[in-house]
Amino acid sequence: MKNKYSIFSLIKNAFSYHENWQKAWGDPKPKKEYDIIIIGGGGHGLATAYYLAKKHDIKNIAVVEKGWIGGGNTGRNTTIIRSNYLWDASAGLYDHALKIWEGLSQELNYNVMFSQRGVMNLAHNLQDVRDLKRRTHANRLNGIDAVYLNTEEVKKFCPIINTSQDIRYPVLGGTLQRRAGTARHDAVAWGYARGADEMGVDIIQNCEVKGIKRNGDTVEGIETTKGFIKTKKIGVVAAGHSSVIANMAGLKLPLESKPLQALVSEPVKPIIDTVVMSNAVHAYISQSDKGELVIGAGTDDYVSYSQKGSHDIVEGTLSAILELYPIFSRMRMLRQWGGIVDICPDASPIISKTSIKGLYFNCGWGTGGFKATPGSGDLFAHTIANDEPHKLNAAFNINRFVSGDLVDEHGAAAVAH
Amino acid sequence: MFLINCPFCGEREQSEFKAGGEAHIVRPKQPTELSDDEWAEYLFMRKNIKGIQFERWNHAHGCRKWFNMVRDTSNDQIKAIYKMGEKPPVK
Repeated sequence: MKNKYSIFSLIKNAFSYHENWQKAWGDPKPKKEYDIIIIGGGGHGLATAYYLAKKHDIKNIAVVEKGWIGGGNTGRNTTIIRSNYLWDASAGLYDHALKIWEGLSQELNYNVMFSQRGVMNLAHNLQDVRDLKRRTHANRLNGIDAVYLNTEEVKKFCPIINTSQDIRYPVLGGTLQRRAGTARHDAVAWGYARGADEMGVDIIQNCEVKGIKRNGDTVEGIETTKGFIKTKKIGVVAAGHSSVIANMAGLKLPLESKPLQALVSEPVKPIIDTVVMSNAVHAYISQSDKGELVIGAGTDDYVSYSQKGSHDIVEGTLSAILELYPIFSRMRMLRQWGGIVDICPDASPIISKTSIKGLYFNCGWGTGGFKATPGSGDLFAHTIANDEPHKLNAAFNINRFVSGDLVDEHGAAAVAH
Repeated sequence: MFLINCPFCGEREQSEFKAGGEAHIVRPKQPTELSDDEWAEYLFMRKNIKGIQFERWNHAHGCRKWFNMVRDTSNDQIKAIYKMGEKPPVK
């Protein structure tokens, strides 16, 4: 049983110099067999294990992670959470996640620092204006809060934006989702890990999957660096490495893995109290609670697993940032990094069964998976437990690439690719 | 970022080029005969290899010609470059 985190536990532990805190999760050796194995200990994988244990009463679960939990894209993204997607299927999926986010800290007894500071998407040309207005209407029909702002309203909401009309890509307007915002990415992984561990889920770190054992079209287990583990159901949540796992099982996925970069500045006093995204010039920015500006750049257009992006991508993003926010011209950048994102041709995810019995994939989140973490875990858990998709993720099956029933979200994905 | 030795122009920065994805995906000879599964395979399914991958590249901001590349996607090292229509070098 985990001790509850509260102001009292904080005071109590202060007396022992914070050296006697209970471990948030264990370091178990893999058992011989599990009912379900989740491959990938990022936010989505840990959330899947958490909801499998909590809502579907399956306790014999393992999460196997190649590195350490939350060390992949969960710890590399720009932590933006929103649900203003165009199509009904996406609106249902992302808003389901947003609703869970709203109560997540209480549910997990772990402060994920969810902050509904609003997300603004800017329009820089006539087509942007039309697209964003259309998306605002679509959002409102789906019960998602969205408003369209003109240039003056954009300036009022975020005064540091340069709205002068003589810049190369002037701000013509924008949309605002007030329920959107940010959360602390590490805390999400840690909170779910702690919750899952409490319900008996084995979180096995430093355990790389080397093969998937099949008997005909049924899975039998996984080969790992810590030996063979038997199981009947495998949920793959491996982000950029999804295709690598798929290839082990003899499957091909409609994915391409590409580097996506982000960077943070030196910490400064509060200057921007919202999230601003610009699709057309490819710049998005927010400020972390530590005071760093968090800036998201674009993807490289070639397949790479190197976790290193090209310099010109960062340069392009920063030049757009400087034109929109001249106030940052002397700001120094502190760190820059890349993560490998798995991109689907329609910029929508796959949460699906496969042609192999007992093998499930949750992948293709591309450049924007963080926002969906709780919803993705919940729906993937439902799909694995019942061997049937939930109605909210039915449209995100892998067969849509055969039927042609794609969910094209290139506009709302906000990262051009 | 890396340098690419364009077979027509010589060594240039990668930012001058456009990646064209997996190479040697053969265009169906009889598109009207294809099943939905075969279309999905041709249009969408990719090997997306971590390791040695065969790719198409275009010198978009140069001679605008297409060529093939063998590249290790785990560290972005280029192993070979060859022109369109030429046989890929054996691994």
